[in-house]
Amino acid sequence: MVFLNYLISGIGLGSIYAIIALGYTMVYGIAKMLNFAHGDVIMVGAYICYFSMSGLSAHFEEGSLAAAVVPALAGTVLAMVVCTVLGVVIERLAYKPLRQAGSLAVLITAIGVSYFLQNAAQLLWSSSPKMFTPILSRDLQLSLPGGLSVSALTILTVVVCIVIMVGLTLFTGRTKMGKAMRACSEDKAAAQLMGIDVNRTISMTFAIGSALAAVAGVLYLSTYPSLVPTTGSMPGIKAFTAAVFGGIGSIPGALLGGLLLGIIEILAGGYISTQLQTAIVFAVLIVVLLVKPAGLLGKVVREKV
Amino acid sequence: MKRLATMKKSTRNNLFTYALVIAAFVVVQALRVGPGIGSMLEGQLIPICAYVTMALALNLVVGISGELSLGHAGFMSIGAFAGSAFAMALQDSVGLSPLRLALAMVFGALIAAVLGFLIGIPVLRLNGDYLAIVTLAFGEIIKSIATNVYLGMDGNGLHFSFLNDTMDLSDGGVELIRGPMGVMNSQRISTFIAGFVLVLAALTIIFNLVNSRTGRAIMAARDNRIAAESVGISVTKYKMIAFVTSAALAGAAGTLYGCSQTTFVATRFDFNTSILILVFVVLGGLGNMWGSVIAATALTILPEALRQFSELRMLVYAIVLILVMLATNNPTLRGFFTRLFRREREGADAGVRAVKGGGGHE
Amino acid sequence: MSNKRPETKLVPVPSVNKIPERDVDKSPILEAQHLGIDFGGLTAVNEFNMAIGRTEIAGLIGPNGAGKTTVFNLLTKVYQPTRGTILLDGMDTHNMNTVQVNRAGIARTFQNIRLFDNLSVEDNVKIGMHNAIHSGVLSSVLRLPSYWREEKIAHERALELLSIFDMQDLAGAKAGSLPYGAQRRLEIVRALGTNPSLLLLDEPAAGMNPSETAELMENIVKIRDTFQIAILLIEHDMSLVMGICEGICVLNFGQIIAKGTPTEIQNNPEVIKAYLGGGKEA
Repeated sequence: MVFLNYLISGIGLGSIYAIIALGYTMVYGIAKMLNFAHGDVIMVGAYICYFSMSGLSAHFEEGSLAAAVVPALAGTVLAMVVCTVLGVVIERLAYKPLRQAGSLAVLITAIGVSYFLQNAAQLLWSSSPKMFTPILSRDLQLSLPGGLSVSALTILTVVVCIVIMVGLTLFTGRTKMGKAMRACSEDKAAAQLMGIDVNRTISMTFAIGSALAAVAGVLYLSTYPSLVPTTGSMPGIKAFTAAVFGGIGSIPGALLGGLLLGIIEILAGGYISTQLQTAIVFAVLIVVLLVKPAGLLGKVVREKV
Repeated sequence: MKRLATMKKSTRNNLFTYALVIAAFVVVQALRVGPGIGSMLEGQLIPICAYVTMALALNLVVGISGELSLGHAGFMSIGAFAGSAFAMALQDSVGLSPLRLALAMVFGALIAAVLGFLIGIPVLRLNGDYLAIVTLAFGEIIKSIATNVYLGMDGNGLHFSFLNDTMDLSDGGVELIRGPMGVMNSQRISTFIAGFVLVLAALTIIFNLVNSRTGRAIMAARDNRIAAESVGISVTKYKMIAFVTSAALAGAAGTLYGCSQTTFVATRFDFNTSILILVFVVLGGLGNMWGSVIAATALTILPEALRQFSELRMLVYAIVLILVMLATNNPTLRGFFTRLFRREREGADAGVRAVKGGGGHE
Repeated sequence: MSNKRPETKLVPVPSVNKIPERDVDKSPILEAQHLGIDFGGLTAVNEFNMAIGRTEIAGLIGPNGAGKTTVFNLLTKVYQPTRGTILLDGMDTHNMNTVQVNRAGIARTFQNIRLFDNLSVEDNVKIGMHNAIHSGVLSSVLRLPSYWREEKIAHERALELLSIFDMQDLAGAKAGSLPYGAQRRLEIVRALGTNPSLLLLDEPAAGMNPSETAELMENIVKIRDTFQIAILLIEHDMSLVMGICEGICVLNFGQIIAKGTPTEIQNNPEVIKAYLGGGKEA
């Protein structure tokens, strides 16, 4: 069953896109900006995880359970911490002064930040590719009846994606901070009048989005292990596409868009042509937007006359 | 001088832009004939003209028509491929190389315009960020397709294949486009003078268009879609006119660029190139054509000029970009510049004050 | 929908005899029959029947949220009606969009002013004259003689229209920089540029002081007399409505509750109740 195997890896890749897309969607929803540097936060997270894993693994006995778990876990957590700080700092230094500026000015600044991160990474860690050690060995395969096999990594990816999705839904729906976020995304001025600290809420959104980017970076590099300073840009663009696909600003939309994008990409590569893989993904996006101009789960806002 | 003062501000701006471009051309030409301008700058002259034209073309869409396009490099790509292939095909029939270049540019512009029209049909139905992402998507699709095109010519005419090279050219045939390897053996027939003429043509087309019934309709559709429709302007039609004109100019710029290289690949015109051109437009100011000219020129030279810092140069470029954006959008600095240029606006303001005083209501 | 022709007239007999064509029985410029629209199950306007004579000044009044602007949006096809027919000079506008309706003769202003803020006052008017000018892309880009000819005519006509409100000196100012009242007047001039046979004014006097309003009233009548067009206006300022409207239609909760001359409306108990409250809601 080649098809089912494609489908499984499509879901795995799609889950990663969904996690990245969540970051895009949350930031877009609240700051109404396309944060083009989001993809590069993924790359930074991956580098942090890579260096901490290779640093730590020497201290553990090879083949032991601790050697398999501790460095990977510690690397991921460290990457999340660093990316969270990075996200908040970027917002504070580069985007906050532009709150009142036009959306294009913010977009260009985000592009500047993206260039900055890529080139800083190149200076710090050189442009020669690093081979990322998967956080779960690719040899761990679960055999299913009918010749199917699922790697433990794919299962972990999907589980992490589901946990994040449920967690975020609960967070935005139930907690005070989550409600503040939704209020800010509806109307910042009104939220401020109700006593919500808009700046803090936006910082928090960037913090969460960047932590998610770190997780996504670790998972993405575990599947596609070649790590270079520009690693983040393509999954970044794809995830952005996924967010729009599902309806930008919508959390379930990001999940749906991410999964569909991953599945379409793998199926297009498998059945049609790997050279035209990306083109097909984008062609599907165009068709979807023509039928549903605000994405699959997005709402069309009618202008009041 | 008195006539200059009574002139409309836009007319004065246009004249200033023409003067700027012509003066820059004269100075550079004089230096080239005389002491020379150094091989670094010499090699950048045609790309600068191509990027200036790209920035002007994109400014027509983003600044004048008010739609964000993130895929304009796609039109440049089509112009480069179609134009340079056309020039190679014409090599024997048209001997005069400036004429061949002109024909190739027209061809490149035409193909890009047709493509712009086809893409515009779905794209211009969307709004805002959705429109932007679809232009991004089309840019990537064009890149993917152009990477897989094979085109050759022999005694039997043109041969074409897609994905795999199955052209099977007879003896003496030439391969014009070779898939991922891109255009090979392109003739370097582009000149700085041709680039200068193209920039002037682009400026003339844009200025004349903006200052006309068509241009007013385009700007009306940008400023207030519903109001534009209420006075009988078909918004989609005028957004399309701006988009197709822009695509055509980008196609011609692509041909200019393509015909200045011996070889180039489709990935040269990727998302990053589209973004780079957008940076020129935003830094130069939306709708401000001389701003686009200066920004495109400066930012094409800057990375080259920073070469002595080697590894640090792109980092410096990024920091400069961020700082410029922060500075130009800083309210304090803006206030300062507004005060500085106040004199220029006095005429219009006086009229407004008169009405405000008379009406007594605000 | 009932097949019976609804009673659409505002005023059965011409109320002022100055212009004889005002008799709406002969050929109204606009006739709405059984017009209605629902927004997701909610009926915003229902059974809206109205006719406006060729050179009539008519008023559409009613409390906030009664659906007055929605009627304008239906007439100009910003919203497609759920039910009913709109006849413009006897022609069914069923398949038309906003652009086509304007070309067919309806022009409007907006309650929340919608000018082209970044463009000059003159350009705003010229944009209104879009379909009266004919130079195309090619003649503009190549600056052919036809371009210069058309531009000259457009310039003169724009100043002429602006002079209605004595605004010709402001032609070069940015529309967005004008004070509120001048912006409202500019919207009217822009609408006139489209050469309409029916002009819809959405709260033209909003935000104006009494002397400005008085001047506006004179100008509205002047516009009707000069251009020989019909005007339908939404307004809360009763001095304006009662002062210049010949026929008035009162809307409440999306339904017409009264039609008639200013005097009839002023004495109508339903209207008084709708405006002063009372009845079920109180």
